[in-house]
Amino acid sequence: MFIINCPYCGEREQSEFKAGGEAHIVRPKQPTELSDDQWAEYLFMRKNIKGIQFERWVHSHGCRKWFNVVRDTSNDVIKAVYKMGEKPPTKK
Amino acid sequence: MTKNLRIKTSKFIDETYKISFKFNGKTYFGYKGDTLASALLANDIHLVGRSFKYHRPRGIMTAGSEEPNAIVQLHNNTSRTEPNVRVTEIEIYDGLEASSQNCWPSVNFDMGGINNFLSPVLPAGFYYKTFMWPASFWEKYEYFIRKSAGLGKSPMEPDPDIYEHRYVHCDLLIIGAGISGIIAAKTAAKNGYKTLLVEEKSYLGGSTIYQNSEHFKINNQISSSWLEKEINEIKKIKNLEIKTRTSVAAFHGYNFLLARENLTDHLPLEQRNKKTRQRLLKIRAKKVITATGSLERPLIFDNNDRPGILLSSAIHKYANLFGVACGEKNILFTNNDSAYETAISLYQKGINIEAIIDNREEIDSKLIKEIEKNNIKIFKGYTIVDTSGYKRINKVSIMQLSKDGQKVVGSKTTLNCDCLGISGGWTPAVHLFTQSGGKLKFRDEDQVFIPNIYPSDQISIGSCNGEFTLDEILSVVPTTLKKFLNIKETDYENLEVQSSFNKSKRNIWLLPSDKVIGKTKSFVDYQNDATAKDIKLALREGFRSIEHVKRYTTTGMGTDQGKLGNMHALGIISETAGSKMGELGTTTFRPPYTPLTFGTIVGRNVGEYFDIFRKTPIHDWHVENKAEFENVGQWKRPWYYPQNGENMHDAVQRESKAARDSAGILDASTLGKIDIQGTDASEFLNRVYTNAWSKLAIGKCRYGLMLNEDGMVYDDGVTTRLGENHYIMTTTTGGAATVLGKLEDYLQTEWPELDVYLTSVTDHYATVSICGPNSKKIVSQIIPDLDFSDESFPHMSFKNSKIGKIKCRVMRISFTGEHSYEINVQANYGKSVWERCMEIGKEFNITPYGTETMHLLRAEKGFIIVGQDTDATMTPIDLQMDWIVSKKKYDFIGKRSLYRSDTIREDRKQLVGLITENPNEVLEEGAQIVADINKSPIEMLGHVTSSYYSPNLKKSIALGVVRGGKNMMGQKLIIPMKDKQINVTVADPVFLDKENKRLNA
Repeated sequence: MFIINCPYCGEREQSEFKAGGEAHIVRPKQPTELSDDQWAEYLFMRKNIKGIQFERWVHSHGCRKWFNVVRDTSNDVIKAVYKMGEKPPTKK
Repeated sequence: MTKNLRIKTSKFIDETYKISFKFNGKTYFGYKGDTLASALLANDIHLVGRSFKYHRPRGIMTAGSEEPNAIVQLHNNTSRTEPNVRVTEIEIYDGLEASSQNCWPSVNFDMGGINNFLSPVLPAGFYYKTFMWPASFWEKYEYFIRKSAGLGKSPMEPDPDIYEHRYVHCDLLIIGAGISGIIAAKTAAKNGYKTLLVEEKSYLGGSTIYQNSEHFKINNQISSSWLEKEINEIKKIKNLEIKTRTSVAAFHGYNFLLARENLTDHLPLEQRNKKTRQRLLKIRAKKVITATGSLERPLIFDNNDRPGILLSSAIHKYANLFGVACGEKNILFTNNDSAYETAISLYQKGINIEAIIDNREEIDSKLIKEIEKNNIKIFKGYTIVDTSGYKRINKVSIMQLSKDGQKVVGSKTTLNCDCLGISGGWTPAVHLFTQSGGKLKFRDEDQVFIPNIYPSDQISIGSCNGEFTLDEILSVVPTTLKKFLNIKETDYENLEVQSSFNKSKRNIWLLPSDKVIGKTKSFVDYQNDATAKDIKLALREGFRSIEHVKRYTTTGMGTDQGKLGNMHALGIISETAGSKMGELGTTTFRPPYTPLTFGTIVGRNVGEYFDIFRKTPIHDWHVENKAEFENVGQWKRPWYYPQNGENMHDAVQRESKAARDSAGILDASTLGKIDIQGTDASEFLNRVYTNAWSKLAIGKCRYGLMLNEDGMVYDDGVTTRLGENHYIMTTTTGGAATVLGKLEDYLQTEWPELDVYLTSVTDHYATVSICGPNSKKIVSQIIPDLDFSDESFPHMSFKNSKIGKIKCRVMRISFTGEHSYEINVQANYGKSVWERCMEIGKEFNITPYGTETMHLLRAEKGFIIVGQDTDATMTPIDLQMDWIVSKKKYDFIGKRSLYRSDTIREDRKQLVGLITENPNEVLEEGAQIVADINKSPIEMLGHVTSSYYSPNLKKSIALGVVRGGKNMMGQKLIIPMKDKQINVTVADPVFLDKENKRLNA
């Protein structure tokens, strides 16, 4: 069980949070213009990386705010936490 | 007939406190301080159990939690009986009763022992290979195999004991209170670290605390005396907490650990009443020091499993700590110096040693010299090739090893004994370290895996880190601590250490024999009866991965998780397959380190605390009026209200009839309620529902359907416009939390520009729903000030009002198809409003109804229940609800998915009504629907989702999903059941009042 540094509340146990999958997948502004394949790409296709992954988390049992987390999936080390709308940190 | 092997020299045993206990029905005595193992050994009892597969007699092998053989059933009381308890861990108490497992009729005469003679035909994988054919016979085989599988008996009644969970936070957790752990605890606590020291045993000091040999000294004091003073000192330190009888079960990432604190298992039974038995500690530590020590390795030779064969270190501990001799004619067999420590200790206590057999040929150390000085015979360069004695070892056969250690040479010598101590060197206890995600490296010189890469802020010290000797520990540990704790000095600089241990070792994983391997039984995993032969067989049959060999041979899969033999299994694989140990890796160490009781895992979450449940404000009334309850999500909802001993069917029929004939009343407080405010609230609803919301007038209600982005129906409910920028949304009872979560997700991440605020108000309101032709008469008496005329208060509209001084929101909406009102009041007025409705409704026979009647009434109208008539594969089009999908709106959640190639298929499963040929035949929900019963295989077209007998229509009605069902109106289909077929006709899902006349009746 890891510890997540909520950008609004500070460090809390993982059990207070829910994971929301890969981050930075923007809902298309004009879905009706998209082909089936393009829509399927948005709807279904997600990365499953062993290593650095950008993910969405929500402090569901706390402030209920969504934010982004950069996590190394191979050892669960959290490299960075940043708010929705903020630019993702560049790779070090 | 039983002997007394107590040597009465130990200060750890309180001989003034005699304890009586029962083993296999017979009464024995021990002393306070004894474990069940030491007490049995003092009574000269070695034979404790039978092995799992061959039912071979087995005895006590170790003196710790790694014990594979000596596991017993504790207590005869059916609710407290506990299987697989290690006799080496349980401290004796007055009233203890234990019995042997896996034997019938008794441990001395066990019918299952026949398996030992059948063993040539019971190789590894025997069950997999034998019971595969013919496949259809498995069910018959399984019955017999199940009966012989499993160890011990589980309790048949609820556990009467109390368990609890506790969170613990500390700067530093130290696991293990051996010499390294004690040094670390003192150093850290004195330097300001808030420290927790946990130890699985009842005493502190590990193996050093009973090391009273002149050969091991610190600053000129015998090591045990030196350590005793250290322990006395740390007990006084304020910011150090010490917990004994506390075993760390799991070491997770981010230094999160679980430990089991044993509070009463050592107490006399009458002192345990109403005390917490065990406590699960959930520890979050900033830093962790692992000082878990090491486990002595056995040696692998033919018949190495007989009662009377123990680890050499266990014999040492029984003698020094418990004052018990394990035998009168002892032989030690070793490949390293450890056994000589045991020998010296036994010798000094006057316990007879027949001989020492040492694999090593040229050896020389202070310890060996002392043994030789005392005329104890040492066979150098020898190995044991066989042992004898069925229920207790009585002889060993030894032969000389060849130079390369691969063969035995010369002639066989036989030696008599009643106890054999074996030592194959030491294995660092790295279990917890690897659980935490740590990576090991293999040290070739002494063939051990030691910690290499640490995944969190932690360190391993002492023999679990491969520092085995006293001088090594005292020079390396202080240096490691200074760096890890970031401190300048420790109390342990410039100690004068005398440590006579010579580190030389001759490691042979599988000792050679004069027999071919097929004729030997050299046990690697004692508990599961996996032998070296089995491992070699697995390799011959093509298994290469250590994980596969483990599962095929079951090596390391017992309750002891192979703490003793796993290294040998790896060694044998490595030698046979010609791969390097370091590359082979280890099998995965998984929590718990030692088994946990279920009680500890669940803690106080039992009985009514097992799960959270939610009650509506009207709950007490339902209880008083004998409602049967149904779980809906976390809610307890009235299911039906049986009267005069009615069964469910009769109650539901009566309730359903009353609701349509006169008036029914339902507690709808559990429906999710979300308060939506903000200047963009209308736009927001446009985006989350399939239909249009901009033109909904203030004071009006509208039904909405919510989809997932994949186009599948997710939730539904009525939303009311309370003001220009203010709505109240209702959701399904079970979906309330997830709907709110989903809406928040979109608001925060996709549409942060929208000015909308969401608040869950589910618990803030109680909702009373009154339906039926007389509902208007009832509500107009409850709220006399309100104009209930159809012109002023039409269907799908809302009014603010008051019941006396209580503010209320009244909606005229209907889930039953009847003329119907929902009164929402502040939650704490809910029960009184309900009671008032009951009182006023009396003259109209107002009838409370539960969820079952609600489901029946809505099914008569063909209204769906999300989650019952839908699963995550139904679009609104599949539900024949095209009317609710706006064609004009540019976008809403899920819109694009409604015309994907898959969702526009004509032959998707679609919701239809089903009418049975026999109007009294009620279908089973979930039953399969087919068209052609003669086709093979029969093609399944769909299934029944809702089915009831309608008292209002006086016939059976059902909803179901059928492939291409939309175009099958009037078609006949078949529902095949176990003993019959039911003929049905596809129909419109609306069975009653298609014109919606009753809404305004």
